[in-house]
Amino acid sequence: MFPFNFEWVWDMSHIVFMGGLWYALGILGAGMTFIVLKTIKDTAEGKGGDHH
Amino acid sequence: MDSALIPKGVKRCSFFQFMGGLGVVSLVLLWGVYAMLLCWIKGLNQTNMNDYYGFALWIWADLGVIALGGGAFFTGLMKYVFGKDELKHIINFAVLIGFICYSSALLILAIDVGQPLRSWYIFWHANVHSMLTEVAFCLSCYFAVLTIEYIPLILENRQIDKVPFWHNLSHNMHTYMAVFAATGAFLSFFHQGSLGGVAGVMFGRPFAFREHLFIWPWTFFLFTWSAASYGPCFTIWLVRITEKITGKKLVRETAIQLLAKLAGWMMFTYIIAKIIDTIYWATVTVPGMGFTLADFYTNNAFYGYWILFAELVLCGVVPALMLVTPKIRQNPIGLFIAVTLGVIGVSLNRWVMVLQALAIPVMSFDQWVLYIPSWQEVATTILPVAYGVILVMISYRYLPVFPNEAELNPLAPETPPVVEAQTEEDGETQDAPEPEMAPAEA
Repeated sequence: MFPFNFEWVWDMSHIVFMGGLWYALGILGAGMTFIVLKTIKDTAEGKGGDHH
Repeated sequence: MDSALIPKGVKRCSFFQFMGGLGVVSLVLLWGVYAMLLCWIKGLNQTNMNDYYGFALWIWADLGVIALGGGAFFTGLMKYVFGKDELKHIINFAVLIGFICYSSALLILAIDVGQPLRSWYIFWHANVHSMLTEVAFCLSCYFAVLTIEYIPLILENRQIDKVPFWHNLSHNMHTYMAVFAATGAFLSFFHQGSLGGVAGVMFGRPFAFREHLFIWPWTFFLFTWSAASYGPCFTIWLVRITEKITGKKLVRETAIQLLAKLAGWMMFTYIIAKIIDTIYWATVTVPGMGFTLADFYTNNAFYGYWILFAELVLCGVVPALMLVTPKIRQNPIGLFIAVTLGVIGVSLNRWVMVLQALAIPVMSFDQWVLYIPSWQEVATTILPVAYGVILVMISYRYLPVFPNEAELNPLAPETPPVVEAQTEEDGETQDAPEPEMAPAEA
């Protein structure tokens, strides 16, 4: 899973498979991080308060 | 008792009635959990799997729910990427069904692996030459996508939505959902395909083996195509069943019709490709491997030509033609029959690719080996169904799964009509909301 695992080999199969996994996880992780940070900012600015 | 949690403008049964229904389904769930614990504690000797059937009922159920859950990725792709905005009326339910299907698939796999505590090995010690590794990666990631798509629905609960942070989080997740939906479609394409690829690359199983395009056998594309075709049928089928149980119209007919039409054309093109694939396989691939078509459909007690006819014609060509014909599609009974046949069709396809492929003798000394699952396998396969029913019940009661429900089922005004008529005449209710406006707010 990681280059520091003993079984890791720098070949095309590892690059494609694990690259695909980390690419997908990267989009999901970065997307959610951005959304949570934006939500904190929006809440601090008082947005959403008029919903009550 | 729980009225504060129920969405505004809609009617639900009493809390005790709800708990009673939940209790009945929970008994089935507990039966499944008991069988699951038996499999985990005593091992896979609780099943009727053997050297012939390393893949059995669980893998069929797995492939089945993944295909049927394809309605989520297809609806999301159409709405968020291709701009079919009408599907916003059904996307919540499609996501809920997708979430249930994929969590069920993971649960079944957790039982099937026998050693669930070692599930993480597939990531840590990944076999990068296996299509199943790709399936595991995409399945896990896509489940994360479905969770991300389901969270805003939970946050829209009437009480949770009052908290500004959760309200803003839900709003922001909706705003950027297209990114996750596109990622989900990408992941779905590969794991649906790879599940088909697993069958198609089995050179030692001529029934399942298919010719390749580069590294991908035809089954790779056929599985993705069929999931996109039949998955929406399952979503529509469940909408109709939920409507029947609740006695309400829950989704706008325009959304149902659009999804049915898209599914119909997908199914129509899929079944043409599938028939071409079958003819080529029967006339070129199979004879080339020293077999005839009759070897796969005769000399046994169960698998006859009927199953080929049922999969391709009765549950393939027929529902496809029904769904692409506007007059039949717009008829409620015609639509229900078509989507029911579609659901059976994709389940049959996954059954033959998993179980018939293993039943057929391959070596000259082999015989047909039929398989009957143990009660533990049956119980653990019904377990996700009970879990799904419970999640639908809870979500339907407390979350705005059907955004048009209030609009389609306006509540009768609480004030008596006579009194209301009098006050209107008196001109005293000019500021009061009109009865039909109240549900729209919800």
